[in-house]
Formats: sequence, structure tokens, C-alpha cells
Amino acid sequence: MLTFLARRLAAIAASALVLTFVVFALTNLDPNLEKLAKGQGSARMSDAEVESWLAGNGYDRPMLTRYGEWLGVLPGWTAEGEDGTVVRGRCIDNAADREIRPRFCGVMQGDWGWSTRFRAPVGEILADRLAATGKLMFWVMVVMVPSALLLGVLAGMREGSRTDRTLSTVAIASTSTPEYVMGVLLIALLASSQAGLSPMLKEWGLLDAPVLFQGNARSAVGDANFWNFTLPVMTVALYGMGYIARMTRASMTEVMTQQYIRTARLKGVPFRDVVMKHALRNALIAPFTVIMLQFPWLLNGVVITEVLFSYPGFGWTLVEAAGNNDIELLLASSVVAVVLVLATQLISDIGYVWLNPRIRLA
Amino acid sequence: MVDPRDPTATEPDAFDPRWGASQEPSLGPSAEPGPALGAGIGPDRADEAEAARSSAAETPPARDDRAAPAGAGNGDDPVLEIENLSISFFTRLREIPAVMDFSVKVMPGEAVGLVGESGCGKSTVALGVMQDLGVNGRIVGGSVRFKGRDMGSMSQSELRQIRGSQIAMIYQEPMASLNPAMRVGDQLAEVPMIHEGMARKEALAMARQVVADVRLPDPDRILRAYPHQLSGGQQQRIVIAMALMSKPALLILDEPTTALDVTVEAGIVDLVKDLGRKYGTSMLFISHNLGLILETCDRICVMYSGEAVETGSVDDVFDRMRHPYTQALFRSIPLPGANKNSRPLVPIRGNFPLPHERPQGCNFGPRCDHFVDGVCNVTDIPMEPVPGDDRHNTRCIRFDEIDWDAPPAHQAATEETPIGNVVLRLEDVKKYYHVSPGMFSGGDGQVVKANEALSFDARSGETLAIVGESGCGKSTLAKVLMGLETATSGNIMLYDQSIQNTPIEKRGTDTVSSVQMVFQNPFDTLNPSMSVGRQIVRALEIFGTARTDAERHQRMLELLDLVKLPRAFAERMPRQLSGGQKQRVGIARAFAGGAKVVVADEPVSALDVSVQAAVTQLLMDIQREHGTTLLFISHDLSVVRYLADRVLVMYLGHVVEIGSTEQVFAPPYHPYTEALLSAVPIADTAVEKRKIVLEGDIPSAMNPPPGCPFQTRCPWKDRVPGNRCETQMPPMRRMAGGHEIKCHLSDEEFASMRPVFSRAPEAAE
Amino acid sequence: MMEDQALGWFATIGRMAMQVWPVWLGMAVIFGLSIRFKRRLGLYGKLFDSTVGMIGYAIVLFWVLVAVFASLIITHDPLAQVAIMKNAAPGSPTGLEDGYPYYLLGGDALARDVFSRMVMGAREVLKIAPAAALVAYAVGICLGLPAGYLGGWWDDVLSFIANLVLAFPVILLFFLLVTPEIQQTGIPNGMAAILFAIPLVLMALMIHSRFVTQPARRNLWLAILAIVGIWAYAGLVFDADPLGVWRMPPNLLNVFIAVVFVNAPTVFRIVRGITMDIKNRDYVAAAQTRGESGAYIMLWEIMPNARGPLIVDFCLRIGYTTILLGTLGFFGLGVSPESPDWGSTINQGRRLLTAYPHAALAPALALMMLVLGLNLLADGLREESLKD
Ligand code: SF4
Ligand code: SF4
Repeated sequence: MLTFLARRLAAIAASALVLTFVVFALTNLDPNLEKLAKGQGSARMSDAEVESWLAGNGYDRPMLTRYGEWLGVLPGWTAEGEDGTVVRGRCIDNAADREIRPRFCGVMQGDWGWSTRFRAPVGEILADRLAATGKLMFWVMVVMVPSALLLGVLAGMREGSRTDRTLSTVAIASTSTPEYVMGVLLIALLASSQAGLSPMLKEWGLLDAPVLFQGNARSAVGDANFWNFTLPVMTVALYGMGYIARMTRASMTEVMTQQYIRTARLKGVPFRDVVMKHALRNALIAPFTVIMLQFPWLLNGVVITEVLFSYPGFGWTLVEAAGNNDIELLLASSVVAVVLVLATQLISDIGYVWLNPRIRLA
Repeated sequence: MVDPRDPTATEPDAFDPRWGASQEPSLGPSAEPGPALGAGIGPDRADEAEAARSSAAETPPARDDRAAPAGAGNGDDPVLEIENLSISFFTRLREIPAVMDFSVKVMPGEAVGLVGESGCGKSTVALGVMQDLGVNGRIVGGSVRFKGRDMGSMSQSELRQIRGSQIAMIYQEPMASLNPAMRVGDQLAEVPMIHEGMARKEALAMARQVVADVRLPDPDRILRAYPHQLSGGQQQRIVIAMALMSKPALLILDEPTTALDVTVEAGIVDLVKDLGRKYGTSMLFISHNLGLILETCDRICVMYSGEAVETGSVDDVFDRMRHPYTQALFRSIPLPGANKNSRPLVPIRGNFPLPHERPQGCNFGPRCDHFVDGVCNVTDIPMEPVPGDDRHNTRCIRFDEIDWDAPPAHQAATEETPIGNVVLRLEDVKKYYHVSPGMFSGGDGQVVKANEALSFDARSGETLAIVGESGCGKSTLAKVLMGLETATSGNIMLYDQSIQNTPIEKRGTDTVSSVQMVFQNPFDTLNPSMSVGRQIVRALEIFGTARTDAERHQRMLELLDLVKLPRAFAERMPRQLSGGQKQRVGIARAFAGGAKVVVADEPVSALDVSVQAAVTQLLMDIQREHGTTLLFISHDLSVVRYLADRVLVMYLGHVVEIGSTEQVFAPPYHPYTEALLSAVPIADTAVEKRKIVLEGDIPSAMNPPPGCPFQTRCPWKDRVPGNRCETQMPPMRRMAGGHEIKCHLSDEEFASMRPVFSRAPEAAE
Repeated sequence: MMEDQALGWFATIGRMAMQVWPVWLGMAVIFGLSIRFKRRLGLYGKLFDSTVGMIGYAIVLFWVLVAVFASLIITHDPLAQVAIMKNAAPGSPTGLEDGYPYYLLGGDALARDVFSRMVMGAREVLKIAPAAALVAYAVGICLGLPAGYLGGWWDDVLSFIANLVLAFPVILLFFLLVTPEIQQTGIPNGMAAILFAIPLVLMALMIHSRFVTQPARRNLWLAILAIVGIWAYAGLVFDADPLGVWRMPPNLLNVFIAVVFVNAPTVFRIVRGITMDIKNRDYVAAAQTRGESGAYIMLWEIMPNARGPLIVDFCLRIGYTTILLGTLGFFGLGVSPESPDWGSTINQGRRLLTAYPHAALAPALALMMLVLGLNLLADGLREESLKD
């Protein structure tokens, strides 16, 4: 088990390194830097001015060197003023006290850089936003996973039955509805003062506020409640739910045709116990991996939903960073996303082994 | 189990492996069972025969030692009574009758065998008894009574109470029938916990006892294990233990040993028989193997295409069958008397009818030699009792008109194939695999010695059989010969060319086309998305046999002729062919380039017995015509004895014995060969077998034992002084006439070996 | 000003149904013929035995035909603005003398006809999604077959790369890959050069291994492939097709490449898995013992037998690609501002969503329907292909 873990961790570290480099390279492409220069300086800079701005801010050195600095394995760049003292540098601009001059100030030192969009240290911004997204994700999981498993197990338990057909159709319909469609539908149905349920309810005097649910979740950051948080949570959860439910159903129907299920049935085990004791654990092995690998996908959903509901979380930040060419913030967000995905892969591997006694690890 | 030199065992006549056993029954018409029929009841045949003889008079049909079961109801009422049962499966297009008008009775303590080819409905009967036919299956007529109660009218909860406690079932695939994610102990304990409301602790204690009962070592470890941690034989013992946890009155065994190796199978069969006797359980034993039925059952029911065609006691049916299908079945399996030249097998002509294409009248009509138009194809044929026999019925309208002792009509003896020069010679060939560990962990990995020092040669026109069980390295040998792998060391000479280091990509077209292979699994041997003709033509293209498209097409049609398939099959897709037909196409493809050496890897083992005979025959015919060298890889010694000229026995990568067929099938044996011979069930009541049951399972090739590879299971080991078996690799010993055996036993010990088979001692009557 | 009355719901729907008459006609013909000859049409024919599959197929066919006949169906120019129709409710009359008298699904924030934009949007989506899925398939197959069949370091390296791509959240990849700045660097063209070359290599290998014993025939086929292939390749990758048949505007190429790039690793994994399963079959061993080349075994022995699951997944993948295209549109990535594709229409509509939901709702429902159809179709195909 330990060697397995070590191997997986090594693979993950290698992936993280490669991926962060790719992100770094892509965000630091010349046109992106030019855009950054113009964004920071003025939009009408000449090419020469752009060059000198980039040089003055340390962007003119080789990509690998800058990647090393960003990582924190190479000393941060410095620029000397006319008097020979260090006036500018990667590690200086961001340090609160100019007297303390760390040589290294990269990600490994916990310094994520400076956000040009929000004018604040990237680390701080991300911490806040991640907390907000964490809350959203938590509720999504709470809603999505149990309902998806239940749906899948109920449908897969008796293949071809009416329950199966109905539940499968529900699952297919929900996987066919991406977040940006689901969000639109939910808002139109439940959060519009013009259409859907709200005007009707209002007419009947059942509703005081103009709308039933809120279509804007900005307020949910500080104080999430049923009325402002339901729609974003449902938007993310419903799309993923269909997918997991379908996986669970497929896995469940396969398990239910296995010989050992027949053995159990012919041993006289009541149907409920056949499902609970014999089928479930085997049937959940496959969906477990799926749920875990859902994370990159969930992240998409979160980005879309946060934008749609103006919920300032991680995804919203990512979009802002990308839209405003905030390189350091985009880079940091990417790293967080990639690490999150890789970590879930690791968890899914471990969980798979734990659930499946057939796999033995040296 | 039994000491091979047990002085109390009967000492029958020396048995000549090519001895022509007569098909005629050697017993008189009386119901008294001959001693040979005591076969396989107990561990000791002499006592067995004694017991049988002394008590036969009182209880004619049922085996005396099973007739007084404990707690299986009162003696006369049947445990299970199936009457005119009909089962159909319903698809969107049509109703498919799977079982029709099927009746059988199982008395307390009795073992009834249900035999037939695949698709005959025998497993459906078992599921029908359990009332577990799935969503599409339904009982459309007749009744199943268990201890007098109609199972069809029971509620789900009543059924549940009976399943697992009163009726238990054992399946073909032991691995598949155990829950992979549940410990063995829990799976066993579940049974009494459900049915007797036992506490978990007591249930586990009981499970421990039953596990010991099925002769598994270290029960505590086994109870804690997950199924995948056990070997196939151990898993099947667990499945049996699970069935016995509640001491059922009826045990249904559905091909319980088909997935296991022969020597392991022998152990399981032995166990089942003993337990049956100990617990007094009635059994319904489903199998395609007549030999197994003979060893385990009292009564037999032969099924064909959804119907029972003949039922009766094992003796009646085996020795005085009264249905043409039963007779044809017996004539198509290689019994000890058959011989490829003088007494060839008689395949059943035609094909098994598809369920919705069954003929009017007798289902067997189109394939029956005694078919009479206007008699057999008019109405449904009823089951008729055979006068004079006890509960012996047959579904043949002409059974009293047929001359049952007449020899088969079309049994043409052929010349022996002349054996020519050496075509293929192997010298000291070794194949080691390096099993590397994963990408990131250290260590050197392991070496698997798949083949150790193989030497033999094969001549043109000769059939060399390579015999062994799983893990013996026979498939690796085939791969090395074909060039899919290269040998680690040693020499392989094809004519005068050494090919051991030439992988297939580097071999010339000539070499490639002269060494070809016929594969085991007919359902896998053809590419499902290419027409039959196209696949043969492709082989012709690659071998450069013909130049133009037209020539190739012509040649392809000739190849179809060669394997006796209609030319129209060229256009068919593989899924439209039956297993035997696919196997024929595979043979045609192998001979596309005029192969000189054909490696046949278990070419018939996946086919039904009647088809087996035809395909075997075809291989022999082609060999005769072309003087091909046939390397016949098999685990089935009956087939090997029938067609091989020489035999090579392998165990864990070593050749342990090599010699002519006569030499290998007669003493002196290598101890492993001896056990293997004894393990093969033989469907002939006149043949007596010495029983040698090996302990344990075949060791893994990854981790072979030190010294002699066979030492972990060898019953002769203690006769070799000084622990040599455990420490030294035995040398290859030359016996008389080119016969070689790899064993430490002394010449005296070899001389003392007695034959495994013998003719039944008729004198005892 | 004869038509100043707004239409009711019933009339609106009726008029829409009438407007798409070419679609109904096409569907009737195709369904009639298919059902008539379903026993001769293999897996496609068997689709008509499954209710689910048939419903799915009907929905997909509907949208395909809408895309095909889009120019016949639209009531207004999807870019034309009629000032008074800004955010007009569905069924509102335009009040103009000429042209279709109503905005059947209302007007959007720029006073354009939502119905016509939705119809044209179908064309946008169905122009790219299947083609992108196809190229992703070619790439996935081309890499998955050797990874599964040869194993060893082929597998290690390719799987590592595939996992790398899969570890990227899709949206992040889009934000990084689909930008005007990236288009300036020429990275999309470089990627297109590689990705579009792969199908050509695949076909060349298929031809070569199939006719290896008949050089004349092989060379003929290879020559045909070379001419057609290089023509298309030059047009798509370098925009250098002299006839102008094959071309893609840079932003479309960018979108296309990104979508292929995101899909290919998943296809790779599926193909690799199936290959590892099939390579143990005896017919593969039979081909090996005849001395067939690896390419022949992979492309002619393994690939045709993997088609069942691949066809099913292909349908799902078109659906997924549709969703991805919608996502790109939703974030305004790689699309021109006035493009009528569904994603960007939803994006534009969402700003006024609570007040005027119809502008976003129409494309949202259309997209959902198409994807649902594809998923149902895949389900039906899976069910039927398992039935043999
Ligand atoms: S009834 Fe006729 S066809 Fe059938 S087995 Fe008897 S003789 Fe043969
Ligand atoms: S060498 Fe010893 S263990 Fe091996 S077969 Fe001979 S007697 Fe048995």
C-alpha cells in the first residue's frame, strides 16, 4: 500500500509540475503579456513602450527562468536603480516591509503573487473565494450524491421494470441539461417575476416577495439560506446527478445479473438483503470512481453556475481573472484546480482499493 | 487418498490401452448391479463391491448405501417430482420453448444425472425447479413438486424458505458464484442466520465445521479470506460447503466441475459423493459428461433439444440404451475401445435444431439413423416404458423394432497414416518470462519458468499429444513454436532451419505458412466482422498461395470443400455458424498455406461431444491426406488416447513423461500421469478404475516448489528415500523403447506399478 | 397594419409547426423508408425496435433537418433588427408591411427574431459538433489502439499524456486555449496540423496494411487518399485551399481544435480499454500466427470489432460536444458577437433573464432537446447492440 501511495504521489507531483508549466507557458505567451502591458500601462502603447514595460517588470527573461522564480526554486528577479540599490523585484513589490528581502518568493514559499484585477495578494483572494465555493460544493455533494445513488440503485435493481424506465428517463433528461441550460430553466421557472411559478403564486396570494427563489446568489456568500442558495446548488447538482445515477444504474444492473446474486437469492436471502448486503458494495465500486472523477466536471459546473448566479466564488474569480488577463491570479486558480483534480484522483484510487478487495497492492 | 499399492484393492487383468472394449453389455438382464457399478461410491472399491453385492437383492434400483438417508423424508415419497414440465422463454419476436414435457422423480438419497449437450435445456430444468427463471422465462405447463408440495403455487416467501435450506444449488463457475466483496465466512454463516435465525457467532462456528467437512485445510484462515484469495478448487469446495450449511434434502449441481482441472475435478467429485452419503442428500447432477454421471449417479435422464429422451437407471441406460440419440452419443465419445484407424468414432450427422426450428414429431428425426418417414414425423412422440426394466423410459416410437446390437452402419476402418521423417525437433528449449514490477517501484521482479528443458521431435504424419492441466506451460510452448515468443535458450529445428530465435515478423512466408495453429474457442477463433470467405482469402493473400483474386477465390472454395463445409458458407458471417462449423473454418484457414505442422490447442474441448467427434475426425482425415504433423494440445486423456501416436505429459513447465501412447497409458507411469489417468471419468460400465485422488491444487508457476515439480501432491513421494523429491530435480529416466519418465522412483517401484484401468472382473459374478 | 394582434400560445406553436414543414416531410420520408427496410439495415434498422431509440432518433433527425433546411425555415434574417421588437414577447406582430408578420418567439435585447436565431443556431452547432467528435475519434483511435495493443512504454507515455489533459478542468483549458491572443501565436494552427494529420495517417495505414500483398492496388488507393487528403488538409490547417472548398475562419478553427483536444483523451481511454480486451481473442492470435503486421491487426482485426461501444459513445460524444460548444458560447469564447449559436444566445439572454426569459429560454430548450435526443439515441443503440 505504501509503495502504491508513493508511486501515485510521484505521478501526481510529475503531473502537477507539467500542468503548471503548461498553464504558465500559456498565460505568459507574448500576446498575453502585451495585453497585460497595455492593460497596466495604457492601451495606446507603442511596441517599443510595451517592450520596455515588460523589461522593466522582469517579463523579458526566458520562460523557464520565470517559471522557476514563480515556483520559488530560483531567486526572484531584481532590478537595480541608478544608485545601484535594488529598487524593484519580484520579491520586493509584494513584501509589506521593504527591508525584508527574501531571495525566493514563489509558490513554494506561499507567495502566489499579486492580482492586477482585484489589487490584492492572490493568496488572500483565493482563500476567500475557495471558502465560498467550498460551501457551494458541499451542498451540491449533499444533494447530488445520495439522490444519484438512490436513483441509480432503485432503477438498476430490477432492470427493465417500470420504475427503471421512469427513473432512467429522469436521469437521461438531467444529464442532457447542462448547467447553463438548467440555470436558465430554473430561473425562468422559479425566479422570474414575469414567467414561471412566481407570478402565479403571487396572484393566488401565496407569495409576498416578487419571486419565489432568488436568481442572484451574491448574498449567499455571507448568509446562505434556502431562498438564495437553492437554485445554484440545484443547478450544479442536477446535471451531475443524472450522470452518476446512470453509472450507478449500469453498475447495479450488471451486478444484479451476476452469478453470486443468483446464489444469494437461491440461498433464500430476501430481496432487500440481496440488494443491500450483496449487490450494493459491488455495485458502488464503479460509481465511486466516477463520483471522484466528477470533480473536474463539477468544477465546470461551479464556474458556470457562479457566473450565472453572480456568486463570487472560485469559478467566478477564474472567469474574472481570465477576462481581465490577470496572469498571476489565473495561474494560481489553475494550479488550485489542477491540484484539486489530481487529489481527487488519488482519493478515488485509494477508495477503489478499499472498496474492492480483489485488488491487492504490494 | 488411496495408496496406489493398496493390497486390498482388486487386482484385475492388466489393461491394454488399445483394448477393444465391446459395446455390448457384459451383464445379464437382471437388475442386480455388477461390481463395476459400484464405481465411485466410496473410497475403497473392494469393500464397495462387496457391499453392493450383498445388499443388491433387497433394494434393486437405489444404491443401498444411500437408501437410508438421514432426515430426507420417509423412504418412498419422492423428494422431487417433476411432471410434464414445460418452460418457455419469451422474446419480442416469439416464444422459445426451452423445456417440453419433462418428467423426472428424485427419491430420497438418490442421485439423478441430467445429461445432454449445450442448449438441450438441462440447466433450465434446474432453474425451473428453483422457480428462478428470470423475467423472460415462464413455466407454461406441468408441475414441480418438492416433498409433495407444488412449488409453482408457493408464494415468494415460502419459496425463499425452501431455497437454500431445503434445496441448494451448486454452479459451474465457483468464482462467479461467490460474492467477491464479502468474506467467505460471512457468506457461509448467512445461510443458518437466515433460515434458522442462528446468531452470527454460532453460525460462524458451524461454518468452520462445514469447511473442515469439505476437506479444506486451515478453516479459520479460509473463513476470513475473500473468494479471490482461494484457488478454483477451494472456491468450489466453499460453494459446496455453502450448499451443505443447512443440510438440504435436495442438492442441484449444475456442471459443478466443468471449470476445473481434471485432477481437481476428481477431488470434488469424490467429495460430493462422500457428502451425499454422509448427509443423505438427494442430488440432481447436471452434466454434459457421461463419465461423470456414471461415477456419481444412480439414475440418469438424457435430454435432447428440450425433451427428456431416455430415463432409467445408470446401468440400463449405459448398457442397454433404448434411444437412438443415447446410442449415437455413446458412439461419438472416445471410450477406451475406440481407435482412430480400426474403430473410428461415429459423429452424429447434422446439427442440433434451433429451438424455433424443431421438426415435426421426433426432435431427433433429421439426425436419426432409424428414422422412418410417416412414423417418426407425424405426432409428438410420448415417453414409453421399456418393458422388463425398472422405470426405464424412452421417447422413441420404434424402440422395440430397432436392432440395438447392430454395429454402426457407416464405420469405415482406415489405413494407419505412415509416419515419416522428423519435421520438428526441440532440444532443451526453455522459456522464462520476466515479470517486471510496476514503473515506480524498485526490485528486480520475478522470473516465471514457463517451459523448462523441453526436448522432443515430431515426424510427418504423426500426432503428438501434449497433455497437461492449467499452468503446465503447454500454451507457452505453442507460442514459442509459432514464433509469437522467442525461446530463452535451446534449439527448435523446423526441417533444417533453426527458428527458436526468429519471431514471427522475421520468419519467411514459407516458415509461417508451414507452422499454423488451430485455436480452442470456436466463438473466438473467427473475426466476427469479416465474412468466412474473406478470412480464408486473407490467409491466402498473406501466404502468397495464389496470384490473382480469382485463383484465391477458387482456392478458398476448395478449402471449404476440404473441411466439408458447403461453398455457400463463404458469404456468411461467423455469427451465422455453429461452434463446430466455426472450428472447421479455423482449420481451413490453418491449412491455407499448406501447413506442415499444425498446433491444435484444445481444438475440440469447447465443442459438444457429438460435434467433437466430427471435428476430430476431420483433423485426422486431413492429416492422412497431407501427412501433416499434428501437435495436439489437450487435457482430455480420452481424446488423446484415441488419436495420438505419441504423448508428452507436462506439469508446471516440465515434461514429466514422454512415450508412445501405449507406453504412457500403461505402467510404469509417472506418478502424475497415473493420477491424471485415474481422474478422467470414463463412460463405460465395463471399465474399472483405480482411484487416486490428489490432494490440493496445482501450484502457481510463479512460485514452483523446490525439487520435483510434482512433490507437493505426489502420492509416491514417501517411497523415495532421503528427501530427494523435495530437494533435487529428478532426472529424465529412459525406460524401455524410448519411453522417458522424470522421477526419482527406483526401477523396482516402477515395476510394481499396476494399471489404472482394468476390465471389470466378470468372474466375480 | 392588418396584423397588430399578438398571437396566442396555441397559434404561435401552430405557426412554428407549419414553418418547419420541410422537416416534417423529411422525417416522414426517412422514417417510412427505414421502418420498411429495417431488417436489412443492420444495427441502424434494429434501432426501430426500441422505443427509446426511436424517440431519440426522431429528435436528432428533427434538429438535423432543421439545420439542413434552416434557410427555408427562418422567418427573418437572424441579424436584422426591428427596433420596436426589442424584448418583444413571443407571438408579437412586427407591424411591418413586408416579411413575416410575427416574431414567433419574440425579440431579443437587440430586437432580433429569436425563432430565426434559434433555427440558425442549430446549423451552427451541427456544423461543428459531429465533425469535431469525428476528428476526436480519429485521434483517440489512432493513439488508443497502439496503447492498448502494444502496451509497454507506448501505453505508459500515451496514458500519462491523456491523464494530463483530463486533469485540466475543461473550462480552464478553454480560457487558456480559446482566446484571440492564442490565435495570434499560431498555436491552434500548429495543433490543427497535428490533429488533422492523424486521420490521414490512420487511413493511409488502413489502406497499406490491407493491400500490403497487392502493391498496385495499394498505391492507387494511397494516391487517391493523398490527393483528397492533402487538399483538405491544406485548406483546413493553412487556409490554403485554392478552390476555397475547405476553409475555417481562425476563431472557428480555434474552437474546433479546443473541442477535439478536450474529447480525444476520453476516446483514447475507451479505445485503449476495448483494445486490451479484444487483443486476447483467438482471432487476433490467428492473425499474429499468420504473420500479419501490427497495423493490420489493430485496424482490421480489432477496430471493426470495437465498433459497437464506439458507435454508442460517438452519439454521446456529439451530445457532449454540443454542450461544450454551448459552454464556449456562454463565456463568449471564440465566437463572433452576432453569432446565432445557442450558447452565446443564452449568454446574451441571461442578463435580462428574470424580466424577459424567452430570449434565453428558446435556445436553452433547443440545446437540451438535441442533447437529450442524442442521449436517448445512444441508449437505444446500446440496448439493441447488446441484444444479439
Ligand atoms: S422416433 Fe424415429 S426418429 Fe425419433 S429416435 Fe425413434 S427411430 Fe429415431
Ligand atoms: S520425483 Fe518424487 S515427487 Fe516427483 S514424481 Fe517422482 S516420486 Fe513423485
